[in-house]
Amino acid sequence: MHATAFMLAGAVAGALGLTLWPQDREPPVDLPRMVRLDPQPFAHRLDGDWRRDGRATDAPVQTTQLPAPIEIMETPVSTGQWLDCVAAGACLPAGGPTDRPNLPVTGISWLDAVAFAEWLSERTNQTWRLPSDAEWAFAAAEMFRDDALGVEADPDNPAVLWLAEYAADAARSRDLDRELRPVGSLNVNSRGIRDIGGSVWEWTSTCLRRVDLDAAGRIQRQDETCGIFIVEGLHRAAVADFVRDPKSGGCSVGVPPANLGFRLVREVAG
Amino acid sequence: MTNLSVSRRTILAGVAIAGALSQVRIAAAETADAAKVLTPAAAVDVDSLPRVKVDLVDPPFVHAHEQVATGGPKVVEFEMNIIEKKIALDDSGAEYWASTFNGTVPGPLMVVHEGDYVELTLINPPTNELMHNIDFHSATGALGGGALTQVNPGERCVLRFKATKPGVFVYHCAPPGMVAWHVVSGMNGAIMVLPRDGLKDRDGKLVSYDKVYYIGEQDFYVPRDEAGSWKTYASPGESYEDVVTVMKTLTPTHVVFNGGVGALTGDKAMTANVGETVAFVHSQANRDTRPHLIGGHGDYVWATGKFNNPPETGLETWLVPGGTACLMVYTFEQPGIYAYVNHNLIEAFELGAAAHVVVKGQWNDDLMKQVLAPAAV
Repeated sequence: MHATAFMLAGAVAGALGLTLWPQDREPPVDLPRMVRLDPQPFAHRLDGDWRRDGRATDAPVQTTQLPAPIEIMETPVSTGQWLDCVAAGACLPAGGPTDRPNLPVTGISWLDAVAFAEWLSERTNQTWRLPSDAEWAFAAAEMFRDDALGVEADPDNPAVLWLAEYAADAARSRDLDRELRPVGSLNVNSRGIRDIGGSVWEWTSTCLRRVDLDAAGRIQRQDETCGIFIVEGLHRAAVADFVRDPKSGGCSVGVPPANLGFRLVREVAG
Repeated sequence: MTNLSVSRRTILAGVAIAGALSQVRIAAAETADAAKVLTPAAAVDVDSLPRVKVDLVDPPFVHAHEQVATGGPKVVEFEMNIIEKKIALDDSGAEYWASTFNGTVPGPLMVVHEGDYVELTLINPPTNELMHNIDFHSATGALGGGALTQVNPGERCVLRFKATKPGVFVYHCAPPGMVAWHVVSGMNGAIMVLPRDGLKDRDGKLVSYDKVYYIGEQDFYVPRDEAGSWKTYASPGESYEDVVTVMKTLTPTHVVFNGGVGALTGDKAMTANVGETVAFVHSQANRDTRPHLIGGHGDYVWATGKFNNPPETGLETWLVPGGTACLMVYTFEQPGIYAYVNHNLIEAFELGAAAHVVVKGQWNDDLMKQVLAPAAV
C-alpha cells in the first residue's frame, strides 16, 4: 500500500515536472512495511542441537524476552527489492527466479542476506540486520512451529530416535508446498506479520549451537558453529552460510528447506 | 486425438518404418532359426502345459511368486498396457513425457522359473501417439522379441518365449530408429527367471529371501530453455528433437530410482526388520551403475544378474553394466535408516539416485557402539 501511495505521488509530481527529492539525495529504497515488536516474555523452544547425558534430546522450552524493541519486515524481501541492491552493485544476482519482482527473493545465502543488510544500513543510515532465532520466533508468534520430536532417546538403541526423526520428516514433506507466491499473499499472524512458514525458509543471525546437558539437565558445554546458521520456516534447519540451494546431503536423510530467503529487522532507538 | 497428433504420429511411424527396413531381414532370419530349434519340440507340449495368469504390481513391489518352483514348467501369462504419460521428475518443475510399460517407470518386475514359457499380451491403446514394442534380454531370437511385437496405437500382440537362462534381465522398448529415446523415456523393466530349485550360493546352498524390492534406475535428459528453465511439451513427439540433443551430450539431467527424485524415500521408503532377508533387484537399461547400501553390505550379489554364476559375497559396491539387471540379497543386522544409492554420489545426491530403507529392530552394540559422543577436544 505504501508502495502504491508512493507511486501515485511520484506520478503526480512527475506530471507537474517536480522532483520529490533533492537532487543530491538518492530516492528512498522500496522496502516492506515494518512492524514494531515490543519485548514481552514468551515461551520459546530454544534453538540448537541438544544432548542430555550424551544422547540427542529436544531443546528445552524457556521463557524468553527480546533485549530491546525492534521493527521487523512484515514480509520477506522481494525479488524486486533484491534487484535494487544488485543494481547498486552491492548484492549478487539471486539464485532463484528473477522474472517476477513481487515474489520473495530466493536462492539467497546467509552471506548474500548480510550483504543486503549492510547495503541497506549504509544507504539509510539505520541499523538493519538479520533477526535472531528468538526475534524471528517472537515475530512468528502463533505461527512458529514447535519442532520438538517428543521422543525419548533409547540408551540401548540409537535407531529409535533416527526412525522417529525420519517419520517426522516424511510427515512434513507430505504437505510441503513448494510454490513461490507473491510476498504478503500467504498468511498473516496476530502481530500483523505475513508469510510465515510457506515455501521460503528465512535466515537468522543465530549460529548453530551444540549444547551438552548432564543427566540432571545442567549445561556442561556449549559450542557455537558460526559457519552454520539457523533458518526458520515450517521447521527449523541449520544451513551453512554459503549455501543458496539446500539439499539433504550425504548420508543424511532429512528434508531440507525448499527455498532460502530472508527478512530483516531494524533496530529502533530506546 | 487431434488431426495434428495423428499426422505427427504418422510421421513418427514413418521414421520407425524407414529405420526398420534394414532390420526386417535379420529379424525374419532369426525367427526362422528360432522356430527350427524350438517349435517342433514345444508346439505340442506348450498347449498341454498348465497356464497361470499373473497380476503385475507396481514397483518397487513384486507380484507374489514361489522361490522354489513346485511342479513342472508352466505357461505364465502377463498383460501390459503401454501408457504414454507426463511425469514429474522432481520438485523443481522438471516434467517429462514418459513412455511406460504398465504406467510405471520402471515397468513391473515379472518373475518366472527357468523352463517356464512367458506369454505376454502387449497393448498399445489408441490414446497413445507412438509405436512401441518389447525386447526381452531373457528371450532368444527376433531381437529379443522386438521384431514380433511392434504395435501401433490401437493394436495389441501376444508374444511367447521360453525362459531358458536363469537370471534377472532387462526388458525394454526398442522401436527401430528410436531405441535409445524410448529406453531413456522410462520404457524398460526387468524379468527374474529363477532356477526351479531356487537361488544358490557358491556351495549350492539355498539362498532365500523374506521380501523383494525392485529398483529401476533411469537416466533422463530434460531440455532447458534459454533462461535455464525446464522445457515442457504437449506430446512425446514434440519433445523428440530437443530430448535427443540433450541425450547426445551423454550428460543426464536426472538419474533417479523408480521414476523420480524421492520415489523411494519418506512415506515411500522401503521397509524391513532386523533379521529379515531382503532381495533387491536393480536394473539400469541404458547406463552403468554402482549400487551400494550405506551402512550395510551385499551379502549375496549377482552383479551381472545371471544365476548360473555363483554370487559374490560381502560386497561394498558392485558394478552393473548398462543394459543389465542385478540381484543383491542382504539380511539386515541393525535398525535405522539405510540409504540405497548409486555410489556415484553426484548421481545419488545431486541427480536423484538415492532410496531409503527404514529398518526396525534391536540395536546390536557388538556391531557398533558410540564410545564417546562428539565432545570438546
